[in-house]
This record gives sequence, C-alpha cells and structure tokens, in this order.
Amino acid sequence: MNILHLLNSMPGTLAQGLIWGITAIGIYITYRILDVADLTVDGSLCTGGAVCIMMMVSGQNVFISMLAATLAGMVTGLVTGLFHTFMGIPAILAGILTQLGLYSVNLKIMGKANQAINVDKYNLLVCSRYIKGVPFYQNTIFVVAVCTLILVALLYWFFGTELGCALRATGCNGNMSRAQGINTNFSKVLGLMISNGLVGLSGALLAQYQGFADINMGRGAIVIGLAAVIIGEAVFSRIFHNFALKLISVALGSILYYIVLQTVVWMGIVDTDNLKLLTALIVAVFLAIPYWKSKYFSKAIVKKGGRTNA
Amino acid sequence: MLEIKNVTKVFNPGTVNEKLALDNFSLTLEDGDFVTVIGGNGAGKSTMMNAIAGAWTVDAGQILIDGIDVTKLPEHKRAKFLGRVFQDPMTGTAATMGIEENLALAKRRGNTRFLTPGITKKEREEYKELLKILDLGLETRLTSKVGLLSGGQRQALTLLMATLKKPKLLLLDEHTAALDPKTAAKVLETTEYIVQKDHLTTLMITHNMKDAIVHGNRLIMLMDGKIILDIKGEEKKRLTVKDLLQKFEAASGEEFTNDQAILG
Ligand SMILES: Nc1ncnc2c1ncn2[C@@H]1O[C@H](COP(=O)(O)OP(=O)(O)O)[C@@H](O)[C@H]1O
Ligand SMILES: [Mg+2]
Repeated sequence: MNILHLLNSMPGTLAQGLIWGITAIGIYITYRILDVADLTVDGSLCTGGAVCIMMMVSGQNVFISMLAATLAGMVTGLVTGLFHTFMGIPAILAGILTQLGLYSVNLKIMGKANQAINVDKYNLLVCSRYIKGVPFYQNTIFVVAVCTLILVALLYWFFGTELGCALRATGCNGNMSRAQGINTNFSKVLGLMISNGLVGLSGALLAQYQGFADINMGRGAIVIGLAAVIIGEAVFSRIFHNFALKLISVALGSILYYIVLQTVVWMGIVDTDNLKLLTALIVAVFLAIPYWKSKYFSKAIVKKGGRTNA
Repeated sequence: MLEIKNVTKVFNPGTVNEKLALDNFSLTLEDGDFVTVIGGNGAGKSTMMNAIAGAWTVDAGQILIDGIDVTKLPEHKRAKFLGRVFQDPMTGTAATMGIEENLALAKRRGNTRFLTPGITKKEREEYKELLKILDLGLETRLTSKVGLLSGGQRQALTLLMATLKKPKLLLLDEHTAALDPKTAAKVLETTEYIVQKDHLTTLMITHNMKDAIVHGNRLIMLMDGKIILDIKGEEKKRLTVKDLLQKFEAASGEEFTNDQAILG
C-alpha cells in the first residue's frame, strides 16, 4: 500500500475521468433534461471509438476522425429516437434495441473485435503517454479539459436558445410543451442525437487514449455516466446553480468517480474484477435515495406541499 | 370561429371498458362567444376539449377553427390557434423552468423554434409589466422556478401564458377546481378581465353552476357525450340556478340527484 503508487496513477485517473465526463454530460442531457434513460450509450461509445480509430488508421486527420465519430454517435441517437417516437417503443427498450444492433455494426466497422492504433505512427490528440513529460498544451488532461469547457459553453448557449428551451420544456412537461406548440417528438429525437453525439466523441477520445477501440469498451457506460451525474450533483448541487456549472459538476463527478475507484483498488478493498459490481450497487443505492426519501419522509413533504398550496 | 361537426369518440373500443365519450357531437361558436360548460362527472366535457386540442384523433366528424380544418392536425400544430388552461395546476407550466422562461415558451406558441435566443431583454421588461395584472407579486420573481409557486399562482401564470399570444380560442378546463375558494375567485376574476380585454372566444368548463351563470354569454350542459341544454342571449342573462335545475330535469328526464349536485 504505497501511497506513491496511488499518487503516480492520479494524472491518468484524472485524464480518464475527464474523458468519461463527456459521456456523463451526454447522459445528463437525456437522463436529467429529457427525462429518459437512454441505453444507446453502451453501444454508441464504442461506435465513436471504432469510427475514430478506423478513420485514423486509413489516413484521416484526427479532427476529421473525431468529427465523424461524433456524427456517427448522433446517428445512433437518431435511430433510438425514431424507434421511440415514430415506432412508439418505450425509450428504454428503444435504447436496448439500438445497443444490440450496434454490437454488429461496431464489429463491421472494426472488422474484428479490437483495433489498435500505434501512437508512434499517428498524430493522436490524446494518449495515455501524453500525461507526463510533454508540453502542457499537449498534455491529455489539458486537452480534454479544454474540450470539455468548449462543449459546456456550446451546450450552455444551445439550451438558452428557443430550440434548447423547447427541449428542456419537453423533458419537464410534455403536455404543457405540446399545448405551447412544441413538437415533443422532435425534441426527444434531437436530445438523443446531441447526447449520443457527445458519447461518440467521448468514445473517440477514449479509444485514442487507450490506444485501441474494443467491442466491449462501452459496456456499462450508462451506469458509469449515471454515477458521475449522481456524484456531481451530490457534491456540488448546493453551490452550483447555473446550468453551465451543473454540467461542469457532472464532469467533476466523473473525475471523483474514477479517483474513488482507483483508491478503492489501491487499498485492496475490492479486486478489479468486482469493480463493475461495486459501481452497480453504488448507483443503485443513490438512485434509491429520492424514492426512499419520498416514501419514508412523505409526511413532511405533504405538510410542506399543503403550506405552499394555501 | 369554432365548428365541431358530428364528432364521435369511443374510448377502448371492443373492450369491456368501451365508452362512447362523444356521441355525434356538434357545436358552433361565434367570434367573441364566451361559453360556459357544465355537466356531471364523465359527461364528456374534458373529452370535448381534448378533441378540439388534438390530444388524439376523433373517430368521426370534423373540427374547424376559423374555417381551417384541424381534424387531422397533431396537437402541437393546433396549439397555434389555442390557449389552454388545465384543471391540474401542475399540467400547464414547466416546473423546473423560471417564470420568465415559461412565459417565453408561451410567447413562441405557433412559431417555428430556431437557434435564436429563448428569451430577450425586451421580453423580460414586457413580462414584468404583464405579471402586474395578476397582482400576485410575481413581477419581482421573474427567474424563480415555477415549481416553487402555489397552485393558484401557477394557474394564474398558465392563464397568462395561454393568452400571451392571442389565441383564436381559449380553452379552460375546470381551471379553478383545484384551488381554494378565495384563490379560485381571484383567478376567475382575472380570466374575465383578460377575456374582455382581448375579446377572446372562450370555452370554460366549470363545476360551479353559479360561475357558469354569471360568466359568459352562452351556457351548455353536457350529458353522456351530448349537449342536453343550450342557453344563450336574453335567456342566459336572466338565468338563475333554480331555472337551470328545472331545465336540467326537463331535458334529461331525471331528478337532480345528489351525485350531480357537484355542479353547484
Ligand atoms: N383517455 C381516455 N381513455 C379512456 N377513457 C377516457 C379517456 N378520457 C376520458 N375517458 C372516459 O370518457 C368519459 C368522459 O370523460 P371526461 O370527458 O373526462 O368527463 P368530464 O365531463 O368529467 O370532463 C369518462 O367515462 C371517462 O372515463
Ligand atoms: Mg373533466
């Protein structure tokens, strides 16, 4: 239990947390703003990674490849959105269907289950090697942090526009939205596209960072993203009220999640095989808290409601 | 203004729960009409409004608003013509959004929404002035989340939202039923004020017979998905609760039972 081992691993943990933070922001958009649990992400993360790696290997510029990964992610969101709105399939099931289909699609994109990319041969934007001993502007932590800030700024702007407001209203109250002339089906599809676009981009960064795209790289992404959302809210919701800060707190939540995970492994409390089990249990408990609160403290809430209604 | 022609709606057809909610229903409103609607529970009042608003498609018949056939238009497209306030104060507003944001959403009813700002500075000033007519102090709380407001405040705000962009037809579905008597009276007073000021064509469902008599220039009573009473003009002006009860008994061939007494 050498603390230096833990400290040495921190920059890498930070980078990973930041990259997953972009996925978490995508999940925040569907789960918190649109109020749907979208399971597409388990597939679209890999789609993003696969598209990025395959394009780079075939000689494309890294930015073009990442743009393509983002667009591919958006297409997966479009598919889920159409399953849900046009075909009337419940959102969760629609996401599961897309996710399953994407397994085949991702295999087809990569040609096999795993595709590596050589750091020395290609100009990667981020990499697990660019963490120490590189100029700060090449440092993966810096690069992903800047990416995150740009994305947050874009999303902050977007959700302040007429279209973005319509999307927020759709997630909050569908009846009201339609009564105000909002096409709620369109809003949902658009939200799913934006969300999965971010997840695809996150997958592209993750694949570069680890040096390969893998058919299983998205497994459990929804749970990791939810964990980040929940941790971010639990820690920062009292101080961060502005929408941009809320998105940042999700990214910070993702970093915290990876730090906790790394620490738990370092302390030898759980071995790495059990990490997903641990994550699932922690997220389950956090998701239960609002329910328990309403169930066991409901008297207090009724009283409060009564007072505000009077 | 509004023409409902022979509209029929059956819920859960072919099942034991089959319900003929609108039975060859017809109603025509003139420009500027303020029609109050009464009827017992399950008479089809809300169904009539949902048919106009397009919550689902009707089984038969036709609905025209200002001469435009809207029978096949989806709900969000008909919204262009309609202002709506619902019975449940939670239904008409977005709780997690601010008062001004809710108003800004309503201001854009019927417009295509683009990447232009969701709310402008100029609008904020406008909303501040507008909220003053509610006399609830909301003009100082523009950025407060609507979820923090009381039921009465939310209903008053919904009313403002429904009329912010002048609708061709205002639909009020027992919009004061969930409020305490004092708040209900106030929201109703504001309703009357806005309807008069903007000369709105209005359909108002109410569970209160007195309100139905006092307000509007025409009164209809529904039963089993049909209009069984239609009182307008001079007759409506002179109408009393006692007349209404007598007319009801004559029209329905039933005693006015306790069950239906929720009307008054
Ligand atoms: N969406 C629906 N699905 C099934 N039945 C419905 C639906 N809406 C209304 N009904 C039924 O239609 C009848 C009329 O309802 P409604 O119009 O809500 O009555 P009210 O006059 O009290 O507003 C009732 O029997 C009700 O149960
Ligand atoms: Mg009703």
